[in-house]
Amino acid sequence: MASYNTNAFKNGLKIMLDGDPCSITENILVKPGKGQAFNRVKVKNLKTGRTLERTFKATESVEAADVEDIDVEFLYTDGEHWHFMEPETFEQHAADSVAVGDTAKWIKGQEVCVMTLWDGAPLSITPPNFVELAVTRTDPGLKGDTAQGGSKPATLETGTEVKVPLFIDEGDVLKIDTRNGEYVSRA
Amino acid sequence: MSDSWQPSASREVMQLRARMLTDIRAFFDQHGVLEVETPLLSASCTTDPNLSSFSTQYRQQNLYLNTSPEYCMKRLLAAHGDAIFQICKSFRDDELGPKHNPEFTMLEWYRPGFDMFELMDELAGLVQMLAGNSGLDIKTVQKISYADAYWQAAGINPHVASADECRRCALEHDIEQPVGLEDDADEWLDWLMTQLIMPTFQPDGFTFIYDYPQSQSALAKLYKDRHGTTVAARFELFYGETELANGFDELLDTHEQRQRFERENRNRLALGMRPSVIDEDLLQALQHGLPVCSGVALGLDRLLMVLARADTLEQILAFPFARI
Repeated sequence: MASYNTNAFKNGLKIMLDGDPCSITENILVKPGKGQAFNRVKVKNLKTGRTLERTFKATESVEAADVEDIDVEFLYTDGEHWHFMEPETFEQHAADSVAVGDTAKWIKGQEVCVMTLWDGAPLSITPPNFVELAVTRTDPGLKGDTAQGGSKPATLETGTEVKVPLFIDEGDVLKIDTRNGEYVSRA
Repeated sequence: MSDSWQPSASREVMQLRARMLTDIRAFFDQHGVLEVETPLLSASCTTDPNLSSFSTQYRQQNLYLNTSPEYCMKRLLAAHGDAIFQICKSFRDDELGPKHNPEFTMLEWYRPGFDMFELMDELAGLVQMLAGNSGLDIKTVQKISYADAYWQAAGINPHVASADECRRCALEHDIEQPVGLEDDADEWLDWLMTQLIMPTFQPDGFTFIYDYPQSQSALAKLYKDRHGTTVAARFELFYGETELANGFDELLDTHEQRQRFERENRNRLALGMRPSVIDEDLLQALQHGLPVCSGVALGLDRLLMVLARADTLEQILAFPFARI
């Protein structure tokens, strides 16, 4: 089984901790001048998204996590699985609702997402930072009101509800920032 | 566009470094300590298992970059007997972090006729002068023995504590046990030092720790402290929790020195590391006779961090490791 020595630790390195794949987000050397060195690392658990801290005696080796990121295009969902395809090889991957998580709120088809694979199986899906989605239901827009503040709820074609300005109408295509779920502009 | 061609330290810090170097040279000039230069390349390297040397080659010959200028400076001491100082680059592989850069500037000096306590006083005088010149208000300079520091902060006697006792102490103080830290008492003491002892140091003052355990003697003489415990005549200087300097009342005994080199090489083997080439020239210099002396190495980049009130070496080094 592949493993890493602590002197290979760096941000983004994928290691196994407590049976879960994790990504190192911070690696601090703790070392008295003439003494034993330690590596204090912060890692993000790639399954739960939670951050944890752990210290290793330097020169310890840690099991490597077989994790890789690939670009995939979203094809469709059958309600149980979300189906993606690698654009180059046409290889398809089916991800369950745990792996897709909140990404399901933002994808309708053809978006290019990043799929994180662990031992070849989908672990998580990251949507593009910005997506364009049509409004399927909202109160009628207020004509001419493009500058005033105020917002109203609108339902997008994925079923997700977002806050939009008052001038938005059903059928408008909106640009949404998936990182905070906020309306950016009309597309 | 990347800005990685730019220095990461400000102009003000560059000026502060120049001022610090000028003040250090003036200090040693006043104290009658001679500035020397010794090679950075060496055919031998440290045996300390906790230090990694960079290696390179001249034609077919293996050479190492020094981890400190200690061995060559001791050869000068044995030959001439003068009080000497050196400001030079030192190199340590595998050491990179907010307070570690693989290439760093070291000030090292030796005082024939000084014991450890006299050298600690001179070091305190130097850093207080430098702090004063950069407008840093130093509240305290504390001196505490290694044993007292552990006793007060952790309630253990480090000269006899077992790994188990250290482990229990860590548990009581809610300190995590690092992966891979098992039954080596010295490793535990190092860990407790960083987690439990150093955090008790005055945050805006200098702290000296002296009389290290025999097992951590490095190149220091052994002697009996006032409780009759055999300790190493070794000291360290900290500002807050930042380690700045390490000094010894220097070991003079050739036979003892050879034994320590060989023991460290056995430890390297046991750890799966390659044994180091032992510096026979140093041993011959000791055989010729080293004057009774104390010596200390002070990390100037770390000291500049303190003087500039910076948190990381990145703010201090013109081009830190990430920009070379």
